[in-house]
Amino acid sequence: MTPNLHLWLIPILPLAGAAINGLFGKRFSRQTVAAVALAFCGAAFAMALWIAAQFSSLSLPHVEVLATWLRSNGFSVDYSFAIDQLSLVMLLIVSGVGFLIHIYSVGYMWEEGGYYRFFSYLNLFMFFMLTLVLASNYLLMFVGWEGVGLASYLLIGFFFLRDSAAAAGKKAFIVNRIGDFGFLIALFLMIKHFGTLDFQRVFDAVKPFSPETAGVGFLTAIALLLMLGAAGKSAQIPLYVWLPDAMEGPTPVSALIHAATMVTAGVYMVARSHVIFERAPSALMVVAIIGTLTAFFAATIGIAQTDIKKVLAYSTISQLGYMFLACGVAAFSVGIFHLMTHAFFKGLLFLAAGSVIHAVGGEQDMRKMGGLRKHIPWTFWTMTIATFAIAGIPPFAGFFSKDEILWRAYQASWIYWLVGVVTAFLTSFYMFRLWFMTFFGEYRGAAEASHGHDEHAAHGTHSGPGSRAEAPFHSAQGGSAPHGHGGIHESPAIMLAPLVILAVLSVVGGWVGWPGSLGGNNRFDQFLGPVFRVSTPAVNSEHAQAGESLPPEKETEGAEPKTGQRTELIFTGISVGAGLLGLFLAWLLYLRRPELPDQLAASLHGLYSAVAHKYWIDELYAWLFVKPLIALSGTVLWRGIDQGVIDATLNGSADGARELSDEVRHMQSGNVRSYAAWVAVGATAVIAYMVWVGLRTP
Amino acid sequence: MNWLDNNILTLVTFAPAIGGLLLLFFPRRDRDIRVFALVVSLLAFVLSLHLPAHFNRGLAGFQFDKDVSWITTPNIHYHMAMDGISLWLVVLTTFLTPLCVLISWKSIHDRVKEFFILLLVLETSLIGVFVSLDLFLFYFFWEATLIPMALLIGMYGHGRRVYAAVKFFLYTMIASVFMLAAILWLYSKTGSFDFVVLQSAIRNGSIPNFSGNLPLLLFLGFFVAFAVKVPLFPFHTWLPDAHVEAPTAGSVLLAGVLLKMGTYGMLRFNLGLFPEQSRRNASWIVVLALIGIVYGALVAMVQPNMKKLIAYSSISHLGFVVLGIFSFTQAGLNGAMFVMLAHGVSTGALFMLAGILYERRHTYEISEFGGLATPMPAYSTFFLFIVLASLGLPLLNGFVGEFLVLSGAFQAKMWWGVVGATGVIWSACYLLWMYQRVFFGTVKHPENNSLPDLDLRERVALWPAAVMALVMGVAPLLWLNAIDPAVHNVLVPFTQFASKVVGR
Repeated sequence: MTPNLHLWLIPILPLAGAAINGLFGKRFSRQTVAAVALAFCGAAFAMALWIAAQFSSLSLPHVEVLATWLRSNGFSVDYSFAIDQLSLVMLLIVSGVGFLIHIYSVGYMWEEGGYYRFFSYLNLFMFFMLTLVLASNYLLMFVGWEGVGLASYLLIGFFFLRDSAAAAGKKAFIVNRIGDFGFLIALFLMIKHFGTLDFQRVFDAVKPFSPETAGVGFLTAIALLLMLGAAGKSAQIPLYVWLPDAMEGPTPVSALIHAATMVTAGVYMVARSHVIFERAPSALMVVAIIGTLTAFFAATIGIAQTDIKKVLAYSTISQLGYMFLACGVAAFSVGIFHLMTHAFFKGLLFLAAGSVIHAVGGEQDMRKMGGLRKHIPWTFWTMTIATFAIAGIPPFAGFFSKDEILWRAYQASWIYWLVGVVTAFLTSFYMFRLWFMTFFGEYRGAAEASHGHDEHAAHGTHSGPGSRAEAPFHSAQGGSAPHGHGGIHESPAIMLAPLVILAVLSVVGGWVGWPGSLGGNNRFDQFLGPVFRVSTPAVNSEHAQAGESLPPEKETEGAEPKTGQRTELIFTGISVGAGLLGLFLAWLLYLRRPELPDQLAASLHGLYSAVAHKYWIDELYAWLFVKPLIALSGTVLWRGIDQGVIDATLNGSADGARELSDEVRHMQSGNVRSYAAWVAVGATAVIAYMVWVGLRTP
Repeated sequence: MNWLDNNILTLVTFAPAIGGLLLLFFPRRDRDIRVFALVVSLLAFVLSLHLPAHFNRGLAGFQFDKDVSWITTPNIHYHMAMDGISLWLVVLTTFLTPLCVLISWKSIHDRVKEFFILLLVLETSLIGVFVSLDLFLFYFFWEATLIPMALLIGMYGHGRRVYAAVKFFLYTMIASVFMLAAILWLYSKTGSFDFVVLQSAIRNGSIPNFSGNLPLLLFLGFFVAFAVKVPLFPFHTWLPDAHVEAPTAGSVLLAGVLLKMGTYGMLRFNLGLFPEQSRRNASWIVVLALIGIVYGALVAMVQPNMKKLIAYSSISHLGFVVLGIFSFTQAGLNGAMFVMLAHGVSTGALFMLAGILYERRHTYEISEFGGLATPMPAYSTFFLFIVLASLGLPLLNGFVGEFLVLSGAFQAKMWWGVVGATGVIWSACYLLWMYQRVFFGTVKHPENNSLPDLDLRERVALWPAAVMALVMGVAPLLWLNAIDPAVHNVLVPFTQFASKVVGR
């Protein structure tokens, strides 16, 4: 008899916190609000630890059914929660990092208006995220999935007086909904074919199938549609556009939701569905290709960003691309490994960036920073650790996970590996660029650079740049005036403590996955083994033909080919070399010869402009989808059909026709962008066709 | 059967009208009239709670049956009964009416007495539609809803109220004539107006000359009346006008309940009496429903007027209902019923919210607002909550119905589900865009700076809807338990040719 863990309490606790603060927080003092939020989030984390402590005595997966949510005829969905190795890892990451960021926020948000609102939303996010992670069926997972989207919407738009923040929140929600559309259709397919959405029952039903190597079947369709959902939530091509805008939210939110936890939900979902993906090699290939492209593409954009948070945002997109690459080559546990280390170092990077922004009075433009290492040493050192971690320098955490991804990618196809290594170089370059621009050289900003050190001793009551109660609504306007409260200053201890803890994790967090080639035994991989190993599809070996279609037996973890040991070491050397090269180049360009970047940008004008403008993707989407849709709705449907045709007003009809012809004329104007658009449309059509074919197979 | 069970439907149906009748003799003291109307509507609500409390959820058939001969020639019966389909629609009506009274407390200050009499009479006729099993009685209540509603719009509406009232009246009246013709034809062949008798007569094939085009014409006779009421694309253009001009309470009942008369009629009469014809015509009806889902949403997106936006969103939501009904799947029908209820609660609440704003600013133009979250935080929180319910956020009421409808439609024909599911994108677009323009940013019009937040009465009117939206989303089984057997019963004749419909 397995013990009753009351798993449902884990998400419900933060929900209670959210409800208390949301309903009554207005009358609470800030201390009370913070205490409530921390207590309920901390309780969830404590429960997670408690479960981890007795984990070895559980029979896995441990499922607990609370009640029935939905029933219609034979189909029903339960409020049921489950824990296995994979969800334990996720649970610890989400509740642990989440708790740290709650602590950090107590200090960071102290001077902001709407304190109770912020913590209510933050706890609400924890509720949905923990639901997502603990759900034992797809629909409950979808509840968490949509819910974290809501929390993200609320928190991105937290400074709602700023139009850009409100627009960013809306954009995030709508773009996510496009992904959710795919997720929903995948669920319908599962209901149709398996009559259930329960993980265990779906996977049991899938297991007898052999991989759909010849052509496309419904498993491929399900996998592709799930991937569409994952691409929305985890900001992959073509749905990544919301994440950079999401930086409008307060920085702790960027750390928690848009770096460490929510955006990794897509990776978790794909890993969770690995039984399906393994039987859909072409879908896996799409996952790998999208991951690789996104990793590279976002990294190139990251190079030219000047807003410190935007650099980190594109970096997040890029790192998520790595995780999808790992999943796409069926190295799911490696993807989760990188998810974990990324949660540590990217959470840390954002929190440290928040500390930097805090220090210089709300400034986010790195061109107005510089030389800060002397003023904010704690922030500097912790951020340094995180930068080395993401750059893949050993023995920091990111090195182990990234190196493992690249190695596994190479085993699938050298192209993935090559792009991955180039991306690793780019990553290292833009991160050290950030590092040098922020902490080295001369201070270029407007805040007084004096007496930074003695500031943080008396930080209890003060903190926050100037009158931050109203500052949030203006803080990101670029050239914020020097705040009259006295210079660059280190953050209070309540903000520094999470930085230090995450810094430690950014070092040691990777050691659990010490690879065999370096004399370790990759315990992380072994721990997740039972989740990912059980389902090796029964497959004949001859389908391991081409390089891009992976040999499925590769996904049995720990069974690495022995001949690869030497090769693997060489590859490790190459990827570390790429990281060091990025460091060197960033040093050369941004510390040694700071005039060079401008010259380079001038000489590579077209390319630089494309990168700096993020390849005009936002503009392309606006022009391709948003504007035509609004024109269609307004002119054709409403004024044309509704008022014109149906209400039979001749006047309106004529107007509608005229405007319609205008629209058509616009569409014919040929330019390069439209060709690019057509390529995108073509790719979409191919994937849509695959889905379609899959849908039709019984 | 005790006396109460035997007569409960009569009591619930006529309690509001009797209250209205008593109001006639009230002195014109507005406050007393309001209080009395509130008490009557609350009483009706409490009475109606007897229904779910004593409803036998295991039974699929009709309960609380009351069948007495009313007029012998023609053979008209006073036949009332309810099953799981009508049960919640009645409770929805009695649930919304007290909220309507509360929300009209201040906004109606002229001819107060007449207003509340009309409202209560409207409630009676709405309930009557859902519980009548005699087609004559049904038709009587059906048309009876028109008069108070048209008067509410025409007397208490805004600018172009007379135009809107006449348009509403003519549209639905003309469409109803076809239904009347169909009812009369059925009576002429069977000598009965009774739904149960007619249903078995048609199933047994005991109606003479029931062949050729006749079943189709009868089916269409009913269908047109219902389609206009729903309203199904392209019969929908009366709705935005009616909503924009109607007073808040009128809009709440119009969107919340009156539209459901159409979908209820389809479920009860089109499917119940003419399963074969329903099946044959499903494909084009579903296409209209799908067009309605997408079209309503897209047109809603570009509306400059908040109330028109909500009106078009209703067209989109009701498209889901029709899609679910004509998918002939258990999930689809369960979902359709649930969308009806959820839409009644959340769109009713949206109209109340729009009305609250109108009381303060006397406009529905979205461009007149902006930044309202600052002066009206509680109001904007309620609004957001209802918006989230309406756009189908899981754990709120909108999601359950849409999910079931779409999964049912998907099982019937895959592309139905796929096209319908785009609705999840559109609804987020138009609702969140509207929300952003009304509430976020800085206050653009100085007069909005001093807008008062919700007062106690408005909170009392909104809280029940918000709580209901949450409970329906978290524990939908409380409702679905009663619905499931009833819709299963409706689907029985379809199971024999289900394979042909679902066949791929």
